[in-house]
Amino acid sequence: MTLRVTGLALLISTLLGTPVGAALGLGRVPARWLVTTLIYTGIGLPPVVVGLFFFLLLSRSGPLGELGWLFRPPAMIVAQVAISLPVVVGLTMTAVESVDPALGLQVRALGATRRQTALAVLLEARRGVVSAIVAAFGSIISEVGAVMIVGGNIEGQTRVLTTAIVLETGKGDFTLAMALGMVLLGLAFGANLLLLRLQDRP
Amino acid sequence: MNPIYKLNGVRQVYDGRTVLAIDRLDVLTGEVLALVGPSGAGKSTLLRLLNFLEAPTVGVISFRGQTLQDGRTSAKSGQNRGKMEFTNMVPLVLRRQVTTVFQRPVLLNRSVAANVAFGLRLRGLQAEPAVTEALSLVGLESLAEQPARKLSGGEAQRVALARALVVRPEVLLLDEPTANLDPYNASSIEAIIQAVSSEQQMTIVLVTHNIFQARRLAGRTGLLLDGRLVELASTRKFFDDPGDPRTAAFVRGELVH
Repeated sequence: MTLRVTGLALLISTLLGTPVGAALGLGRVPARWLVTTLIYTGIGLPPVVVGLFFFLLLSRSGPLGELGWLFRPPAMIVAQVAISLPVVVGLTMTAVESVDPALGLQVRALGATRRQTALAVLLEARRGVVSAIVAAFGSIISEVGAVMIVGGNIEGQTRVLTTAIVLETGKGDFTLAMALGMVLLGLAFGANLLLLRLQDRP
Repeated sequence: MNPIYKLNGVRQVYDGRTVLAIDRLDVLTGEVLALVGPSGAGKSTLLRLLNFLEAPTVGVISFRGQTLQDGRTSAKSGQNRGKMEFTNMVPLVLRRQVTTVFQRPVLLNRSVAANVAFGLRLRGLQAEPAVTEALSLVGLESLAEQPARKLSGGEAQRVALARALVVRPEVLLLDEPTANLDPYNASSIEAIIQAVSSEQQMTIVLVTHNIFQARRLAGRTGLLLDGRLVELASTRKFFDDPGDPRTAAFVRGELVH
């Protein structure tokens, strides 16, 4: 459950976030200062607040209540996307900005279209982009507040490792809580290992 | 010979400062044209215009008989957008007939071969055998699989030349291609330029502050001062019998304004 929710959320954030981050890094977006400020605010957003926001949005009487997503995995994924997307966008933007600005010009001189130029610069920033994804992964796999609120921590349905740990700790079953913590650590280690292997490719 | 480029009344203005003002300039098909002048004379700006990387603020550039609009009609809101629009406005088939080798090459953080293959990939063309041929032309076949970022300055510039030549451009623009290089690499680059010029009849525009290089390579040489073309003549006349006193002074190595 943990991996499915976090994995899907991360996939969505990556697919949405890297192109937006690249566009921002290449300076092709109007009112860039405002967008940048919003993104950095988004990175610092407390997950509990995100959870509360989506709880209200998705609750029966809320504007999106008809979707019936509350206390179900879609709600958890949406909340995690909201938490991780600013991280992916912000760090991708920084990575793209750190690429030598002369590269874009030289790539265009070789006959690249606008899209090809953006792609080449993004590929050149791939180490930073992977770091962005790793950071985003870290921000949501360990997150407990938002998934607790919108997921409800229902056993077998919306219980993830972090919420399970909270529950077991509350019950006083520290052994199980510790064990779950180890599993979570192992998962995070494995996922990061995979992502970083990607980064080392030439 | 037919002109491949015709420039008419071209002005380039950055933040209210005119950096280039060329009333008329024809670049002939297959020639090696050198443009010399002190730094800040607008040489690099001119090359960016010839590569369609920027639109002129005013004026008309025609390339292979096609007239390309000036910045007044393309740059409606802000200069940056104007540049991008121009790049997108010039038909890709025309734009891809021209390429530039810059003074400071920025290679992709991939293998040497991948760097040389880049232009072909953009065009959806097969990499081999063209990449190997281009690398052997610049004498770097043995480094094909090396990471490009580990090369020396001279090797990097030869890779930059290979990645430009591999797409068989009609026009090769060279922006101070040897200014940062040691004499050995500089003369090896010059030899390659001479070879492609005579064998492939490629049109070459060479921008340099090195008058000796212009003399060795170019059929015609022009002097740019403060964005203006002071004189353009056959290289022999330019050096032996300059028509303008400023050219004569520049050729003697004196400071000119």
